[in-house]
Amino acid sequence: MRKNILTYLEETALRVPNKIAFSTGKESMTFGEIHRSAQSIGSFLAEKSFRGEPIVIFMDKHPRTVTSFFGVIYAGCFYVCLDEKMPKARMDAILENLKPRALICDKKNEKSARELAVEHVFLYDEIAACSPCRELLAEVRDVQCDKDPIYVVFTSGSTGVPKGVVACHRSVIDYTEALSRALEFNEDTVFANQTPLYFDAPLKEIMPTIQLGATTYFVPKTLFSFPVRLIEYLNEYRINTICWVVSALVQISSLGALETMVPKYLTKVAFGSEVFPRKQYDHWRKALPNAAFFNLYGPTEATGMSCYWRADRDLDEEEPIPVGRPFDNTDILLLTDEGKRALAGESGEICIRGTCLTMGYYNNPEKTAEVFTQNPLNSAYPERIYRTGDMGRYNEYGDLVFVCRKDSQIKHMGHRIELGEIESAALKLDSVRRACCVYDADAKRIVLFYVGDTEEGELGTQLAAYLPRYMLPSLTLRLDELPLTDNGKIDRRRLKEQAMRMDLK
Amino acid sequence: MEQLLEILRSMHPDVDFSAAMDLIDDGILDSLDIVTLVTEINSVFDVTIPAEEIVPENFNSADALMALINKLDEE
Repeated sequence: MRKNILTYLEETALRVPNKIAFSTGKESMTFGEIHRSAQSIGSFLAEKSFRGEPIVIFMDKHPRTVTSFFGVIYAGCFYVCLDEKMPKARMDAILENLKPRALICDKKNEKSARELAVEHVFLYDEIAACSPCRELLAEVRDVQCDKDPIYVVFTSGSTGVPKGVVACHRSVIDYTEALSRALEFNEDTVFANQTPLYFDAPLKEIMPTIQLGATTYFVPKTLFSFPVRLIEYLNEYRINTICWVVSALVQISSLGALETMVPKYLTKVAFGSEVFPRKQYDHWRKALPNAAFFNLYGPTEATGMSCYWRADRDLDEEEPIPVGRPFDNTDILLLTDEGKRALAGESGEICIRGTCLTMGYYNNPEKTAEVFTQNPLNSAYPERIYRTGDMGRYNEYGDLVFVCRKDSQIKHMGHRIELGEIESAALKLDSVRRACCVYDADAKRIVLFYVGDTEEGELGTQLAAYLPRYMLPSLTLRLDELPLTDNGKIDRRRLKEQAMRMDLK
Repeated sequence: MEQLLEILRSMHPDVDFSAAMDLIDDGILDSLDIVTLVTEINSVFDVTIPAEEIVPENFNSADALMALINKLDEE
């Protein structure tokens, strides 16, 4: 039985030692190099007895960064990736929660690293050059079990305090196997990574790459500003698979780049984490008629993605893109407020059951207990589920459909309203490219932010064709672009704050 | 030119756009800024910046942007 994520690296490095595993385009590392350097880093850290502790990785996105992740795991530690572009307050909150004693950085980030509240700062180049100690690494491995953590990823808590999700070997192996099988990755898969390494999102590329001997290119961030250049990059490295956030895909299609140039090697386009505006989705489908499209859905708390839908049929005009079915060995429960199974067609909270569940939040038993709860359908023995806070329902094909965030369901003038429904109505209009709806509970009004060509006043009139009167926004505000979170999702919290501020004027 | 500088200043009031020459390479403008800029320029100057002109060389300085706008205007 596979119980340690490192066995992927060891088997692949033995099979294809000289194949490029990770590359920025300019600089690359092979599986053999990663394996050797990770062992060196592991030996160094184990020697210093950091076993069982968090090790911060403070490096630019590079093959060396991934090598550090595996080095930390070799030492029996778990990694936490930080980035120089993170806001200072967030970084401080994370360090406060973790209290790490050691950090690995590259030369470029050394100065900022030394300003952080971490006692030991190690330079990658120095520790990756140490000679590995096989006996020590074997000793570490001997006492490890698959419930040992390998990383902590911080998500933004709704209160603004980041929560650290602890994932173990078991859940990551379970996720990697299921994801690779469902999306049919293989050793010829060439990924282009878009998401920052401090989230769970890049696991979609990193883990299958290590598991199968595939290759991942880390796309330079500035290219995402220049869609045609980005497509040139994808073509230069013959990228055939991308798993990107919706915003990155919309950036390309909305600036008209797909008409100029097609990413011609792409055969798989997976997207997720937010709703794909239908017009932009259709645009992509038209540009790449032979590619397979996958909608992915899942929370960090269940390691990565939990459900997928392969676009194997055309959708009705009104139909949202389904999130589909759970991955192998994952089970979805739709639960009502009373803790019962939602009836057919009824919406309920999406709850997840299975080996994919992570261990919970680091140093935060209260928040852990709130969302990792006993399965209310089982009173006979302890059984943990994760409550996503997302509402879903099944469509006529038996596919799961995301309805809205549980907390975006509002009561307005006595009506129960899904803010998502207002957004999708706005997105049906040709002149609206992006939309986000928030509720200002104090002023009791629905505020719709949008990007598009329609004037603010006109939008309300146009929406009246789709929405009952009580659902019409009290205020529509046109923006040049919607603000995004670090992860590239629409920053609802910032928009809500903006809506509340409008009230003060 | 003044109109263009105004657009740029409204996005980053702390930057001296008449002097800055490496707006992209120095990371001053990010991908959201680019979308904003393209949208604003298209509407203020009544031009359409085609996708193939959305490249770093055209966005690295206010001068480069102005040259692009003038070129599109003539076409």
